[in-house]
Amino acid sequence: MYSLLKENNLCNYYDLGTAPGIKVKGKFNSDKFSFLDTVEAQQKLFTYRDEKQSQVIFHLPQMHCASCIWLLENLHSIQSGILFSKTNFQRKEISIAFDQSQTSLRKIVELLAFIGYEPYISLNDSEKKKTKKINRQQFYKIGVAAFCFSNIMMLSFPEYFSSGNIDEQTLKHLFSYLNLLLALPVFFYSGSEFFISAFKGLKQNWLNIDAPIALSILIAFSRSVYEVLSQSGPGYFDSMAGIVFFMLIGRWFQNKTYDSFSFDRDYKSYFPLGITKVEHGLEVPSTINSLKKNDHIVVRHMEMVPADSILINGVASIDYSFVSGENTPVLKRQGELIYAGAKQLGGTIELTVIKTVNQSYITQLWNNNDFYSVQKNRDQSFIHPWSRYFTIVLFSLAAIAGFYWAIVDPKNILPSISAALIVACPCSLLLSSTFTFGNMLRYFGKNKLYLKNASVIEALSRINTIVFDKTGTLTETSSSSVDFSGMPLTNTEKNYIYSLAKNSVHPLSRMIKDHLFKTNNITAWPVTDFSEVPGKGAQGLINKRKIKIGSSQFITGVSDNKMNTPEIWISIDDDVKGFFVVRNSYRQGLKQMTSNLREKNYKLHILSGDNESEKNHLEKYFPYAPLLFNQSPQMKLDYINELKENSCNRVLMLGDGLNDAGALKQSDVGIAVSENTSQFTPASDGILDSNYVNKIDAFLRYARAGKRVVLASWILSILYNFVGLSFALTANLSPMIAAILMPVSSITIVTFVTIATSIAAKRVGL
Amino acid sequence: MSVLVVLVIVSVLVAGSFLAAFIWSVKKGQYDDDYAPSVRILFDDSVSIEEQDPNK
Repeated sequence: MYSLLKENNLCNYYDLGTAPGIKVKGKFNSDKFSFLDTVEAQQKLFTYRDEKQSQVIFHLPQMHCASCIWLLENLHSIQSGILFSKTNFQRKEISIAFDQSQTSLRKIVELLAFIGYEPYISLNDSEKKKTKKINRQQFYKIGVAAFCFSNIMMLSFPEYFSSGNIDEQTLKHLFSYLNLLLALPVFFYSGSEFFISAFKGLKQNWLNIDAPIALSILIAFSRSVYEVLSQSGPGYFDSMAGIVFFMLIGRWFQNKTYDSFSFDRDYKSYFPLGITKVEHGLEVPSTINSLKKNDHIVVRHMEMVPADSILINGVASIDYSFVSGENTPVLKRQGELIYAGAKQLGGTIELTVIKTVNQSYITQLWNNNDFYSVQKNRDQSFIHPWSRYFTIVLFSLAAIAGFYWAIVDPKNILPSISAALIVACPCSLLLSSTFTFGNMLRYFGKNKLYLKNASVIEALSRINTIVFDKTGTLTETSSSSVDFSGMPLTNTEKNYIYSLAKNSVHPLSRMIKDHLFKTNNITAWPVTDFSEVPGKGAQGLINKRKIKIGSSQFITGVSDNKMNTPEIWISIDDDVKGFFVVRNSYRQGLKQMTSNLREKNYKLHILSGDNESEKNHLEKYFPYAPLLFNQSPQMKLDYINELKENSCNRVLMLGDGLNDAGALKQSDVGIAVSENTSQFTPASDGILDSNYVNKIDAFLRYARAGKRVVLASWILSILYNFVGLSFALTANLSPMIAAILMPVSSITIVTFVTIATSIAAKRVGL
Repeated sequence: MSVLVVLVIVSVLVAGSFLAAFIWSVKKGQYDDDYAPSVRILFDDSVSIEEQDPNK
């Protein structure tokens, strides 16, 4: 990597960040990207193309620092033919324009992969072309509202300062007509989304939070238009524009979520776009869409099997951890079935496809109809019932005032009712929750929990049942601990075992090999008379000594009755030395977390796709918790449904793989745990960095604290409303009081919740 | 006092030009990524960057 940069005078890459650079993944298979030479793949990926240049946008999950931006934007000096490259850091995307006559799509992708930024190209990309355009509408709306709000405010000042008596009639008219003119875009453009949302709610017989806001805007606007046209007063245009402006700001603040994460992935995002088919004995790069039954395909080291298929050639060491949650890789022989989503470790294998991609075992979960029917956390928010009470109380107050004025002074009926509806808009209620949750999202994000949206926080605050997946969530996928028990081994013996294990293709031998390599100073010996008995073990002669490794039956003749923990026995010259045990290594701080959670009466459950070998171990961490093993993805989903049938259970599910996808979707809150947040995670409500799993209890406490902050700020805003209403109902609300009260209440509430959420975050230790 | 009418109209027009500038900047994508530009400005020009955006 360094030499590549040196060659091109790009050495100041290393001056930029304190720790730039990610691992160079220089050694990739040279044919891996050959499918990019096919016309079909190119058509799907190009965003723009003419004779001179082609443009393409890639998602680069590894992009993480200033140096990345610098390197990626200097691609043109590394490879000629690249015209320019421009990154979008927030979305982790790069758009590259290049000259087709000088370089090719494949070369560029290979260069990116070489410098460590392998673009993520998936089936999903090819099916729907980048539909998620950056939402610029909200910026326009805020801009227009801000412009109109400030100008209306300014034009209203003369009116306020002269307490309503401007001597010059022409000026007075000019001001009010200009106000009317400026209010039009606010009402029709900026405020339109409140009306649309309120209308949609009403159509479903549902009074949502936007309905009272829309009503308040509508009444303020129509009364002001009437006052201006009938020349009976200046109207409440400034209050109206202020409401719209502040509400839009609040909404923008809350919706500012994480663009670079995708929370709605289905299986399509997991499968690679490119595959290698075998046709008439030749390897042909192709795209996954063209895959049919009975096709022959080649899958290489670390590649994913795209569809359920049967192994016809080579030795498959299959890592199912993503699909089924099994921790240890399994060995597959010719004629055996391999499910889609499995990852091949080791050599190249050849397969015959028996099912198409969307009929494969793992994708069936998504074909299940009720998978899509659930829409989570919708309208569950406690804000909605509250806003409804608020509206009811408001209407009854207005009605009472109406009756009172009907008896005392009928000409005050309309002014008092409409003023009440204008001033008592629940916007401060809504603002308090949007700013509270918006700020909390940021605190969660700081601690590597990235939530999909603010409503997840509310759902989190109601959780009382937590379901954990084992593999990858509680255990670390990358490392499992290997322990030796028996007679201590000498260094030479370790070398012998290492040399033998190196020759074996069995996944467990590989783990032993890696373990010995990491912990010892190892030299390999040549092995003669090597033989391997499938399912049992391997033996060979090293330095004229007979080394055997394998199952207990293979070595000792006594079959292992526990069968659960993988044990690899060792004998040297038929002298049994002992055995290696492969164990999951659990994450740090797990014990503290589970005891904290138990203290707070959360019900804990474990669903594992793995076998029962870890049961005793897990019981130490989770006493009294139901532990279920050998769970298929469907069983996990059903289990969550069963829990949810009891309506007091609010379920939080933590999982990492495709096998948890159903359960994550079905639970009240599904959080995907990922070793590397730039990696791809199943559809979920949040993505959590796996090093922070032990902070779950702090997250839950913070979510509860957030709810209290919202309630406190509501009391505050109700006090303001009380003041405003007392003016309105006595028919004394002048536009000036409305114009002062509205921003003051909004600003104090926003400051209050910002400070309160920061204090709460400190208190729970986030 | 009629000079006020002119002034008011001028002030609204000035403010309107700011609004137009804002809308233009949004349209140009200046709000799409608020991190990269802050870093980009610090890069040295040792490598000539010839941006050729076909959209322009």
